[in-house]
Amino acid sequence: MSGLLVNTNNSIRENLWRYFIVAIPYIWLLLFFLAPFVIVFKISLADPIIAQPPFTPLFNESSDGGFSIYTTFDNFLYLFQDSLYFVTYLNSVKLAFIATFFTLLIGYPIAYGIARSPQPTRNILLLLVVIPFWISFLLRVYSWMGILKTNGLINGFLLWLGVIDQPLELLYTDTAVYIGMVYSYLPYMILPLYANLVKLDVRLLEAASDLGAKKWQGFLDVTLPLSMPGIIAGCLLVFIPAIGEYVIPALLGGADTLMIGRVLFDEFFLNRDWPVASAVAIVLLLLLVLPIVYFQKKQAQETSEATA
Amino acid sequence: MLNQRSRFIFSALCFGFAFLYIPILLVIIYSFNDSRLVTVWGGWSFRWYVELFNNENILNAALLSFQIAAITATFATIMGTMAGFIMARIKKFRGRLLFSGMIASPLVMPEVITGLSLLLLFVSLQDFIGWPTSRGMNTITIAHITFSMAYVAVIIQSRLTEINESLEEAAMDLGARPLRVLWDITLPIIFPAMISGWLLSFTLSLDDLVIASFVSGPGATTLPMLIFSKVRLGVSPDINALATILIVVVTLGLCIAAWITSRQNRSAK
Repeated sequence: MSGLLVNTNNSIRENLWRYFIVAIPYIWLLLFFLAPFVIVFKISLADPIIAQPPFTPLFNESSDGGFSIYTTFDNFLYLFQDSLYFVTYLNSVKLAFIATFFTLLIGYPIAYGIARSPQPTRNILLLLVVIPFWISFLLRVYSWMGILKTNGLINGFLLWLGVIDQPLELLYTDTAVYIGMVYSYLPYMILPLYANLVKLDVRLLEAASDLGAKKWQGFLDVTLPLSMPGIIAGCLLVFIPAIGEYVIPALLGGADTLMIGRVLFDEFFLNRDWPVASAVAIVLLLLLVLPIVYFQKKQAQETSEATA
Repeated sequence: MLNQRSRFIFSALCFGFAFLYIPILLVIIYSFNDSRLVTVWGGWSFRWYVELFNNENILNAALLSFQIAAITATFATIMGTMAGFIMARIKKFRGRLLFSGMIASPLVMPEVITGLSLLLLFVSLQDFIGWPTSRGMNTITIAHITFSMAYVAVIIQSRLTEINESLEEAAMDLGARPLRVLWDITLPIIFPAMISGWLLSFTLSLDDLVIASFVSGPGATTLPMLIFSKVRLGVSPDINALATILIVVVTLGLCIAAWITSRQNRSAK
């Protein structure tokens, strides 16, 4: 009898522990992840004013003690009317898309090569891919400034070769942004591709070649279609952060390299227009919802397949 | 004998790793350049390292960044482990869908949005409840914990789905209470994953520029903020020296970690 009582007591205590384990991260995320988005949405519906904080309140206390709610869609209308924002959104998508394409083009052969290497070499090569990933992003972007400068290494080398007689304008251009993005995001492309390619059953390729397929046919008809999940994962991991990128266009891009992350940053810090910055953030989020949801669905599929 | 295909793979690997490492090597070489003009070679020297260690601004910023990173990594590991455990082991509770959305989203959220939304939260909180009284180390740390714990949760979750639940079930069948199972079986198994999570959080926090720029106040400048304000104006030799120190430390740490895991794997076999 007493044993039974102890037992129920214990299970109540264990359930309390369960609640405790769930509650702490849950409350933290509600407060510091979800609530901020509600506030961004709220402020995107306010008017900018010169005050501290620089936007109109949502609730106004009227003289008779009641409340009135003040909202405006002016900020969103402004985004649609001023062509700068539309062009910037389009340009961000274009830059991110082209950068993703080149990252795939360079990353695929590397991932393939690593996956086909014998075991001790493979681990060393993987470590070599991971090391730059752990070195500061900012410093890796910075390292290209010295290479691309007007009197930098590429120009110095080309002048010395005699290929050009005027230094090329490389830094502060879209080309520099592409180079910076491909360079910074290459590990994000290689790792999921490698994880996929290493699982490929080599016997399938042998069967294809036994049936008379050439090496490139085997690659196109067997390897490439089977590695599609890796390609999609890698491309999304590059494309999603590239759209909102701030550091790379700020350091390597020119004044005319319009990217949405940079415009948001400037709108906020230089113009101090918090409502418009919030509206820019909301639209950027809407732009990213589709790829993000798609990515998470793919991930969920992968994990359920892996556990099945 | 190399056939055409392996020659192609070999050159792809050479090109790829040259692309990844030449910029880093150049920064290291030029950090020993005596000339103030960064691309003109003026002979070997340590003068930028000496200058770096006499620059109080850089040392203060580095100290602040390391403090934030250490606190962030510790709290992110604790809460990220909880979150990863929830995702892998607690299959049913009210609001699980919202939770899984909130724990996965910080991984893909653009930094400018995270930074802006957290700053607006801090400003609103200050308005309503008077906290935080000032922005700086405290607000940066909260922001860093929030996105780092998502990375830790992914690591812990994947480790927990990898290992067989039967070990935990066996302990439970032999009469161990769930808490005892957690303490004696689950935690020791995921301990290496927690260490990786701590290191990853530390690095992410040390590396962050955009979010810290948003949520920091006038008094607090982290190392990336200082570096950014300097290199915005162009290449600067003392940043080369600083970059070299960070690169050497990170590379050594990773190689030691890889060596330890490979030795453990060998002894396990």
